[in-house]
Amino acid sequence: MNETHAIKKLRTGILGFDEITEGGLPQGRTTLVSGTAGSGKTVLAAQFLAEGIQKFGETGVFITFEESPEDIRRNILSLGWNVTEWEADNRWAFVDASPRLGEEAIVAGKYDLGALLARIEHAVKRTGATRLAMDSLGAIFSRFEDASVVRTELFRIAVALKAMGVTAMMTAERRQEYGDISRFSVEEFVADNVLILRNVLEGEKRRRTIEILKYRGTSHHKGEYPFTILPEKGIVIIPLAAIELKQRSSAVRVTSGNNRLDTLCGGGFFRDSIVLVSGATGTGKTLITTEFIAGGVESGERSLLFAFEESHEQLFRNATGWGRDFERLEAEGKLKVVCDYPEVAGLEDHLIRMQSIIEEFKPNRVAVDSLSALERISTIKGFREFVIGFTSFIKHKEIAGLFTATTPTLTGGASITETHISTITDSIILLRYVEMRGEMKRGLTMLKMRGSAHDHDIHEFNIDGHGMHIGDPFRSMAGILAGHPIYVDPEV
Amino acid sequence: MTHYVFKLFITGRSPHADTALANLKHVCDTLLDDECSITVVDVDKDPEQAEIDQILATPTLVKEYPLPQRRIIGDLSDIEKVKKALGLGY
Repeated sequence: MNETHAIKKLRTGILGFDEITEGGLPQGRTTLVSGTAGSGKTVLAAQFLAEGIQKFGETGVFITFEESPEDIRRNILSLGWNVTEWEADNRWAFVDASPRLGEEAIVAGKYDLGALLARIEHAVKRTGATRLAMDSLGAIFSRFEDASVVRTELFRIAVALKAMGVTAMMTAERRQEYGDISRFSVEEFVADNVLILRNVLEGEKRRRTIEILKYRGTSHHKGEYPFTILPEKGIVIIPLAAIELKQRSSAVRVTSGNNRLDTLCGGGFFRDSIVLVSGATGTGKTLITTEFIAGGVESGERSLLFAFEESHEQLFRNATGWGRDFERLEAEGKLKVVCDYPEVAGLEDHLIRMQSIIEEFKPNRVAVDSLSALERISTIKGFREFVIGFTSFIKHKEIAGLFTATTPTLTGGASITETHISTITDSIILLRYVEMRGEMKRGLTMLKMRGSAHDHDIHEFNIDGHGMHIGDPFRSMAGILAGHPIYVDPEV
Repeated sequence: MTHYVFKLFITGRSPHADTALANLKHVCDTLLDDECSITVVDVDKDPEQAEIDQILATPTLVKEYPLPQRRIIGDLSDIEKVKKALGLGY
C-alpha cells in the first residue's frame, strides 16, 4: 500500500506553517522539532497547542521536561495566550516532568518510564486532547543516564500517542545550526518527521528560519523559510517560495498620477503591477511616489505610503511644494502615510507589520519609498525574500505597487536594489541626471513594462510647484544611461 | 527502632514490578527488622498519584520516613546502592 495517500495532515493554524508543510503536521504522528538554544522550539510547541484551542476547538497537553510549568505559563501569557483560563476549562493540561529541586534520584536496577507514559495517557484522556507537545527531550536524557532506555521509552510513548490518535510535537536540542540533527539521535528512534529551527547570525543580522528536513511519506516544501516571533501572534512563518504565483494579470490600467507618464506607459500602469522607480538622490523618486499616491486618491482609490527615509512632516511639506494636499487627503480617510526608521525592526517584522497595515487599511495602491533603505538592515538573501514576499502579497490582493530604489552614483549606474529585484517587478522607470553643456538636467525613461507597448525614449523633465513635467526626448545624445552623455550629430 | 514508610510506584504491566516488590520486602526483612510500611501504587490504575508525586520512572521507591525523603529508581536489584541510598550498611 502506498502510504502517501494514507497520511492525513492536521492543520496547525500557525501562520505560514500549513503552507510550507502542504497542509500541516502528519496526523496521529510525532514530529521532532530540533534547534539550538533560543531557536524558538518551546514557542512553536506551545503555539501548536494554542492555535488548536483558538482556531479549531481542540485541546492540548504540554509535557515539560525542562522548565517548570510556572515558567512556561508565564512565557505563554506574554505571547498573549490565556493559558491559565484554558487550564481551568480543561482545554490545556500540563504534565510536569521538570526536575524537582535538590533531589537527585539514585538508580538501583532496571527501570522504564512507565509512570511518564501513564501520566501522559491520563492527561490526554482527561482533557480529550488531540494535540500534544513535549519540551524538550535533552532534559530527560540528562536525567536518566541510560540513553537507550530513554529512547525505547520515547518510542513507546510515540506508539501510544499514535494509538490514541494524538498529533505530537517533540522538541530536541542541537549543538550547531548545521550538523547532527539532534543530540542523542532521537530522530532515528522516535520521529518520522523532522523540522529544524535555526537562529543564525548572518552579516550581523539575526535570521530565524524553519526547514522541513523529513516528512516521511508526504510531500512538503524544501529549503529554509524565514520566520519571526511577535507578541500576540507568536511564530509567523513567511512562506516565500510556497506562495503560489497564480495572481491574475489584470489588463485594467490605473493612472500613475501624471498624465504624460500615463501616455509613455501606453495608458497608465496595470492595476496589479509592481513598478520600480530607480534613480540617484534628488532625481525625483519621492515626487513620482507623491504623484502616484495623490493620483490614486484623486481617481477615487485608497492610497498607502510606507516611507522609510523621510519624516511625516517632511513628506507632507514636499507634497505641498508640488501642489498635492496630503493633509486633506488624509483627513478624508483616503490616504495613509506610515513613516518608520528601517532600523526599528528586522525585515521579517517589517514585512508582517506592513502586511497587517494593508489588511487593515485595504488600499488600492501602495508605495514604498525607498526599498533601498530597507536593504540596509538586511542580508541580500533576506532582502530578496522580503521583496518576493511583499510583492506577491500585494499582487494577490490586486494592489498596484510602486517602489523606489536609490542608485549609489549621481549619473548612470544601477542600484543594488535594482539588481536584486528587477526580475520581480513588472515595470522599471529610470530617473537620471544628465550633464549637458555644464548644466544638470533630469531624464526619465521606461526601461521595461511587462505586457505592454511603451515609449523607449529618454525624456527630459522638470520639477516645479505643480509637480513633474515630462518634456521631449533628448535628441542628439548618447550614453545617458551609462552616465557619459556625448553629442552625436543627427546629420551623420 | 526506626519505622520506615515506603511508597513504591510500579507499572502493573511491567516485569520490573514484581522484582522491585520482592527486593523491597527482602530489604525490610533482612536490614530493617521488618519495621516497614509499604504502599504500592500502580501508575496505570492511579496516574493522579504519579502526577502528584511527579514520578516518571517505574519502579520508583519513595522513602517518605524517616526524613529526608529519598527516591530510588529501578527494580532495587543493586542492593549496595539501595543500602547506600537508605543510609544503611556503612
